[in-house]
Amino acid sequence: MRYAETGFNLEVDLTRGNIEKVATDPKETELYLGGLGTNAKILWDRVPPEVDPFSPDNLLIFGAGLLCGTPAVGCNRTIVSTISPQTKLMAFSMMGGFFAPELKYAGLDKVIFRGKSPKLVYLWINNNKVELRDASHLKGKGSLETAEMIRKELKEPKAQVAAIGKAGENRVFYASIEQGRSSASRGGIGAVMGDKGLKAIVVRGTLDINVAKPLEYMELCNEVMEYIQFRNENPIPGVMPILAGLGSPQEMKVHDEKWHTENFNWGNSRERRKGFWTDEVARDWMETLDKARTRLISCYNCPMTCGATISMPGLPTYMMKCFTKLTYTMGAFSDLDFGLRIAQKATEYGLDGFSAPQVMAFALELLKDGILHKDDFPGMPEDNEGRFYYLLDMIVNREGIGDVLADGTYWAAKKIGNGAEAYAHNNIKKHEQLPLKLSMLNPIYYLMYCTGEKMNITQIEGQFPQAPYPKKEHREKFCEDWFHVPDEKFKQYFIDWEPRGENSMPFYPTVDMCCDIVDWQERMHYIDDALGQCAGLSSFPLKPPYHIHNYPKFISAGAGIEMDEDKLSQAAKRYRTLVRAINIRRGMRRKDDRPPEDHWKKRFPELEKELLDTYYKFKGWNNDGIPTKESLQELGLDYVADEFIKRGILKEDEDTSGETISAEQQTH
Amino acid sequence: MTGDKTDKKTKIIKTIRIDVDKCNGCRACEMICSAFHSTPKYSSNNPARSRIRIIREPLRDLYVPVYGGEYTVAECAGRDKYTIDGKEYDECSFCRASCPSRDEFKEPDSGLPLKCDMCEGEEEPLCVKWCMHDALILEEREEEAVEDPEEAELEDLEIGLESLADKFGMDKIMDAVARMNQKD
Repeated sequence: MRYAETGFNLEVDLTRGNIEKVATDPKETELYLGGLGTNAKILWDRVPPEVDPFSPDNLLIFGAGLLCGTPAVGCNRTIVSTISPQTKLMAFSMMGGFFAPELKYAGLDKVIFRGKSPKLVYLWINNNKVELRDASHLKGKGSLETAEMIRKELKEPKAQVAAIGKAGENRVFYASIEQGRSSASRGGIGAVMGDKGLKAIVVRGTLDINVAKPLEYMELCNEVMEYIQFRNENPIPGVMPILAGLGSPQEMKVHDEKWHTENFNWGNSRERRKGFWTDEVARDWMETLDKARTRLISCYNCPMTCGATISMPGLPTYMMKCFTKLTYTMGAFSDLDFGLRIAQKATEYGLDGFSAPQVMAFALELLKDGILHKDDFPGMPEDNEGRFYYLLDMIVNREGIGDVLADGTYWAAKKIGNGAEAYAHNNIKKHEQLPLKLSMLNPIYYLMYCTGEKMNITQIEGQFPQAPYPKKEHREKFCEDWFHVPDEKFKQYFIDWEPRGENSMPFYPTVDMCCDIVDWQERMHYIDDALGQCAGLSSFPLKPPYHIHNYPKFISAGAGIEMDEDKLSQAAKRYRTLVRAINIRRGMRRKDDRPPEDHWKKRFPELEKELLDTYYKFKGWNNDGIPTKESLQELGLDYVADEFIKRGILKEDEDTSGETISAEQQTH
Repeated sequence: MTGDKTDKKTKIIKTIRIDVDKCNGCRACEMICSAFHSTPKYSSNNPARSRIRIIREPLRDLYVPVYGGEYTVAECAGRDKYTIDGKEYDECSFCRASCPSRDEFKEPDSGLPLKCDMCEGEEEPLCVKWCMHDALILEEREEEAVEDPEEAELEDLEIGLESLADKFGMDKIMDAVARMNQKD
């Protein structure tokens, strides 16, 4: 008997309309856990680097995390993996909501799509009954609209639906997959779904998910619940509100947006507006949000309320979470009313709320600076808000300049030329980032931005405070109940960290400490992504209920796999390395591991080089960021080492210290 | 009968106070209910086996936690609609019955009815414990036990008769009753 997981994947060949339920190997679970880990293994095995994102041979994998469907609080994430049309690397997107548990209850751990359907279809999974159904009547429909129509026509109000909107159908490179209150947005996975002719996946499950040691497991879940309660009642003092509590940033709850609106950049990540948050703005925005927000809502089995139902007068109701609240507003230099209105449309279209407004602001900046011209925007309204609605439609329909912009700022700039590249200034690995521009280099964030293959800082950071408290006594106090650290040394790192002077950034934390800190933060995120745990209760906030000390117990009692901290860390390292290997095989190298040029004003090239050199070595990668043969073998990834050698990515007799191949040699 | 009993009989009534405005729709109640009622306890999870259901329609902002109640063979003839705070609810949204008109409160494989037992043996029903937003609150109140004296006596009589029947056999009892009747 399999515990926590079902032991079955669904293989769907969209070209031939063939569907098979395939038993999985429990050994793979032990090595790669599940979710992201096993997704990565499948992508490595079955999608060679020659495969274009829009090839029928690209896979689109919906993987439920290993512990989804069990009582583990907040464990509800679906990890969607494919090759991104935007970055050409492995796409890294996840969604909460209700989809993953439902899939588990339908007796499946993953749904793996290959091929391309000749006509638009949707997949209907009803426990053991699975069928591909015609979706031609859903063409062009919004994502929420689609979900409602499908539930009605199947007479299954409880079915969970993950659907694309028009943006996905038209292969916009930042199209999302929407699932009611949640979405998998980053990396353009909605475009791959659209390319495959798949409008939606619909699932209803009424089967059991078993746990290995029920009483032990329940005890662990109760402890997590109690700790969540404790943390809700005891926010961390001395940090800004969004860092004090648990959950995804509580954007739907809070009214005070002084920090975001004055510290993040507006427009095409250009302008910081100090003094923006006046009493009048605060009053207006509060009124807007209070009127619009009908309810704070949660994902499956989670007490945090990170989302909300939003009803703007005259517009259909939709659901929103997190930072999309502000991205359109700030991209357009507008107000919250506009932001919540345009987000309704964008959600139905199915667009990534990070990239989309930035692309639109980028286009308008090009127009302002004369790189694009008025005739590139025929019929565009004069007013600011109107121009954003205009661009939204042009992009989603891939009409005129919208067709160029639909590929994101990096590719659009290349096509437009004439100096446009300088305007695509906020990307990492061709992917739009948070509109954040800062002064002093932060060595921890430098490493995370460079090497974080999740491409999104909020999916990498957490655990270690972002800045030191001014007073040592406060730092010591913070450490008193900081039992989450994997090693006591982290407490000392923090206690000795000063805002100013010798022990301050960028030279403190030291290079070695930075490696430890980044590795810890990244490890926790990767564990979450295999188990299906939302980062909001785990790797993202400070002092979370899930950590390296209780996770092994969850896996042992839940999935029945003997686990301890070392074994878990090793497993996380294994599939983290495999993600890197997939990207390395697709051509990613050290040259790609860098933050946006203008992310920090004060840069330290020597220190940055030392940071990257040391971190690579720490991770078992050579100087060009390629995992070495020795480190691959240590992780049981011999097959990766063999392939690297076969392809000439590594040399057979390479010195395993990893310093023989220079960055220059490998860049081509 | 004196009509002046000094030791009134009371009983504890358990009620769950449901605040639909506080429900965040997470379905933790469904999850924990199904885990608690699995055998062995907590060994499996399946909200479709839960004895509490959230009748939810997120886009219409409907969230109604309902507990499994009595089993009924037939569905209601007419079902009314209620409008509360501008939101339209089907009468079924508040109904606890395990009924042919819907799949709530039925075992998914056997179709047998499911009924809330207030998690007997636990301090409080686990759905209440797991609802951190207090949409579900347990209330206990003492009430005077309303007993129908005739019914109670009948019950005593029946128990007595049954034991007599066990001892002497039904025929002898019937004979005795007939003789006693004639004497009157």
